[in-house]
Amino acid sequence: MSKLLRLRDDRRVSFAIAALVIVAVAMFPLFKPPLDGLVDDCVLALVYVVFALGLNIVVGFAGLLDLGYVAFYAFGALATGWFMSDFYSKVNGEKGIHVGVSKFTSSLPGIHLNFLLVIILVIVLTVLVGVIIGLPTLRLRGDYIAIVTLAFGEIIGRFAQNGDSLEVSGYKFSNGRQSISPIDQIDLPGLTQFDSATDLRPFYWTALALALVTLFVNFRLRDSRLGRAWVALREDEVAAASMGVPLVRTKLLAYGIGAGFGGIAGGFLGSYLNSVNATQFQFGFSIFILAMVILGGLGSIWGVVIGAVALAFVNNRLIPDVLNDVPDKLGLNFAVTDLSFGVFGFLLVLMMVLRPQGLLPERRRQIELTEGVGFSDESVFESRA
Amino acid sequence: MTTTGEPELQRPSGATGDGDGPLLHAADVSKIFGGLVAVDDVSFSIAPRSIVSIIGPNGAGKTTFFNMLTGLYKPSLGSISFDGRDVTGKRPDVILKLGVARTFQNIRLFATMSAVENVMVGQHARMQAGIFGTILRTRGVRREEDSTRERAREMLAYVGLREREFDQISINLSYGDQRRVEIARALASGPKLLLLDEPTAGMNPQESRQLTQFMEQLRGERDLAILLIEHDMKVVMGVSEHITVLDHGQKIAEGPPQEIRENPRVVEAYLGKKG
Repeated sequence: MSKLLRLRDDRRVSFAIAALVIVAVAMFPLFKPPLDGLVDDCVLALVYVVFALGLNIVVGFAGLLDLGYVAFYAFGALATGWFMSDFYSKVNGEKGIHVGVSKFTSSLPGIHLNFLLVIILVIVLTVLVGVIIGLPTLRLRGDYIAIVTLAFGEIIGRFAQNGDSLEVSGYKFSNGRQSISPIDQIDLPGLTQFDSATDLRPFYWTALALALVTLFVNFRLRDSRLGRAWVALREDEVAAASMGVPLVRTKLLAYGIGAGFGGIAGGFLGSYLNSVNATQFQFGFSIFILAMVILGGLGSIWGVVIGAVALAFVNNRLIPDVLNDVPDKLGLNFAVTDLSFGVFGFLLVLMMVLRPQGLLPERRRQIELTEGVGFSDESVFESRA
Repeated sequence: MTTTGEPELQRPSGATGDGDGPLLHAADVSKIFGGLVAVDDVSFSIAPRSIVSIIGPNGAGKTTFFNMLTGLYKPSLGSISFDGRDVTGKRPDVILKLGVARTFQNIRLFATMSAVENVMVGQHARMQAGIFGTILRTRGVRREEDSTRERAREMLAYVGLREREFDQISINLSYGDQRRVEIARALASGPKLLLLDEPTAGMNPQESRQLTQFMEQLRGERDLAILLIEHDMKVVMGVSEHITVLDHGQKIAEGPPQEIRENPRVVEAYLGKKG
């Protein structure tokens, strides 16, 4: 027994296990047909993992309830519309701008950049947007942050919706409710361009790589100076500030990093879904991602992964494939897909009642819940930068 | 003990005027909440390496005054300078970095953190690790993390926490140990001035005596000035060189303990007028 315990604590052993799991997960689509529906679902699940882990930094680590996370999805996806399609077809005398893309794509009008380049642009863009939204917002505390981020998410959504009439010298912000489509297939340096019509597996591996990077960053940040500062300000802002943690900057870092991952995932999704339109950027999406974080356990990295995968499958499999016809069979005239947010809401309520700490709770959050940690005498502090 | 104090700052000449210059000087500071004047035109100085106290009945404005010194409140009027710099209305983390650390009246440890982690947060302002270094976990970041942890353990040993409590979650520590950790956390930031808000609250006489000795020791070994808010007169009279008395937000007396003890206004504030 003690030998077994020692084995578990050994770093090399946990590394080996992790490597094995990663290899197994990476190999899985090899045993499936290239266009298998399950692979498709898994790609989406992995993208949701990136979203959820990004939001986990904001909500789970730093304790900032962000209800407008969809804003970063919107910017990430819109960026693929701008830089990976013929949306700006007039650019460069209708010849287009092409950087590091395949021969076929190079013949198209509009801006076409290599996916890696787009991701870098997206990170810069979303972090910038995050800081712009965050600077006024994060001076607030608690519930007020939730309200203001919710509003910002909604504002960005409206911008996307009306973006077709928002133009600067003929260049529109978005295509409104109509899609920007098609978006270029992912093209990575050194690889042939992916093609979702023939093989989904490269998308799967790319999404897996993104998810692993996100996972890695989550772990590194949690056990660091910054991670400690987040826990400190989450538990007691007054004490944290008095101990030298700069509140706004520390919160902005969480918010900006979360925004960056939201953008990355959004960029991937934009290209993968081959279409960017304003109806994707609804408030419900923020709640969908938040539900993953809460389901898994706020702040718990593995928990959030589980939550994201679980809800992805509830959304893409359980609801449309299994539950959808149930009301019809019972003689009721509606489909469950119309109620998917109702289903998520119900799941959230269920979780809050039965297991508020999440499926795989984080140690600190569990203590906070059971001991009722958290100071409410915040009048001590005059909210300032 | 290794103290990585801030590099000696050049004092702007004539910033505070008087000779050697006090470490901290509050000039005509007031704090007004709506219609309530919580602190009314109080001037106050602390000499380097001194131990001074602020006393006064409940609601006299002591903690409000403390909160202004540490940046939690912005003074409504007046100015505060520390170590030759104007710190009026500066943010708490900036003031901490300049060298003012504090403890709280009701202990405010980070509840789910271990004692060591709490003290590590106290060193936040002294650390450099940035976000990219953190993600890549560069050698510099790793080394800094290790030395921060090491220093936290030294600090906890210094305040007398038993080693087996080091990794204990702070809410599981005894009251006295929580006080110790809070002091260690403040000390870990390498302050020049330590503010203690009722540190002996809830302690028995023996513990209070120990703390008094510890304050003397701190001043001697760490080159600190200490400002104390305290109700226990034995502690106050025993340890302070200088006492300031607040009542209803106003400074009603100041001087060495002997004078304060006999000052009729002070006696009146505490015991009421003689009938």
